[in-house]
Amino acid sequence: MIVDTRGLSCPQPVVEVKKAVSGGDTTIEVLLDNPTSQANVTRFMTKQGYSIGNALAENDGSTRIVFTK
Amino acid sequence: MKNFDGMMVSRLGPVVTGLTVGILAPLLVMLGNPGNMGICVACFERDIAGALGLHRAAIVQYIRPEIIGLILGAFLSSVVFHEFKPRGGSAPAVRFFLGVFASIGALIFLGCPWRAYLRLAGGDYNALFGIAGLFAGIVCGIYFISTGYNLGRSYPAAQESKLSGLMMPLFAVGLLALLLLAPKFGPEGTGPIFFSEKGPGSMHAPWVAGLGIMLLVGWLAQRSRFCTIGALRDLVLARDGYLFWGIVALLIAGIGMNLALGKFNPGFANQPVAHTNSLWNFLGMLLSGLCFTLAGGCPGRQLVMAGEGDGDAAVFVIGMITGAAVAHNFSLASSGAGIGAHAPAAFAVGMVFCLCVGFCSRRKF
Repeated sequence: MIVDTRGLSCPQPVVEVKKAVSGGDTTIEVLLDNPTSQANVTRFMTKQGYSIGNALAENDGSTRIVFTK
Repeated sequence: MKNFDGMMVSRLGPVVTGLTVGILAPLLVMLGNPGNMGICVACFERDIAGALGLHRAAIVQYIRPEIIGLILGAFLSSVVFHEFKPRGGSAPAVRFFLGVFASIGALIFLGCPWRAYLRLAGGDYNALFGIAGLFAGIVCGIYFISTGYNLGRSYPAAQESKLSGLMMPLFAVGLLALLLLAPKFGPEGTGPIFFSEKGPGSMHAPWVAGLGIMLLVGWLAQRSRFCTIGALRDLVLARDGYLFWGIVALLIAGIGMNLALGKFNPGFANQPVAHTNSLWNFLGMLLSGLCFTLAGGCPGRQLVMAGEGDGDAAVFVIGMITGAAVAHNFSLASSGAGIGAHAPAAFAVGMVFCLCVGFCSRRKF
């Protein structure tokens, strides 16, 4: 599942990712466009027991991270 | 420098920022700021509104360098760490009015969330009702967030409108120029800039101290994402105490500093720039807390984001300055004697507005 959090203000990125986690997805790909969201989402996903993949830079300046469980 | 920044973006960041605010805010009071008002975003934006002549309450007019410092500190930090990013477009008009009502609510209580904690750290127990109201407002906001509330995405500014991100830092520089030059070319040497001769507006630390301290706080807050609304919101919404420990640190440092300076005065009565109407202390901050939660951050965080180039946060800040002027022009703001004559009506209008925004801005409405 892909969660696009670009342009969303706090706490929406975590809320969107939380929805995906509640849906039971074991692989969640998240698009993030600022370091605050990146830190918040990564912290949340770590707590949920997901492992964090490499942060890949996108052409538009955003970051793509794959979380797996 | 690199190690220090590593700490600021770690779990320790909000704690370091909270400690810094808790220590330096009472110091600003010692240097001349009003009691328990070393830092208050709402009060200081109100004073700026007065200094610009947007309201004419003669006792609360001054260009507070603390606000200037917070914006510019965040701006400098975001530039240095490549986080300055002009952006906007997430329901700016809604955010403007959220700012207006956030300010009105805060001026019913007499303080923003930062000052609520600083008042408590000074022994003002009235702040407990304000903080309870703040928490209630945040919980209301969480209800909306949990049921699909969202003001929509913001977008990076196009190449030709990158200048928009510099508006608030430039506004801050303009305010600094007005503070230092204090132009008076009206009849009898009045206006366009007004400075109080008595009352809270006349009480201020030397501008260099206010500016310097808040440049530091702005820098730290930008790096650590310090937010007094996010602290409680994330604790409830995501069981995440990352920001909450910043508030705990602020309170502990503030109490310690006030005790050390002999400024800790526990009780309800005779507190500086405060009233003892517990119901309205609660309700004022309920409205304010709901507005801040719907807008995505506390007033300090909004100033920081405005410094980072966030146009939506800038609109919210301008809304707060406007709301402060409205609060005094419409007799909504409280004083030490109690609430303003029309505060209950303004509270009702503000709550109706927030509920409309909350219910109507949901994806599954």
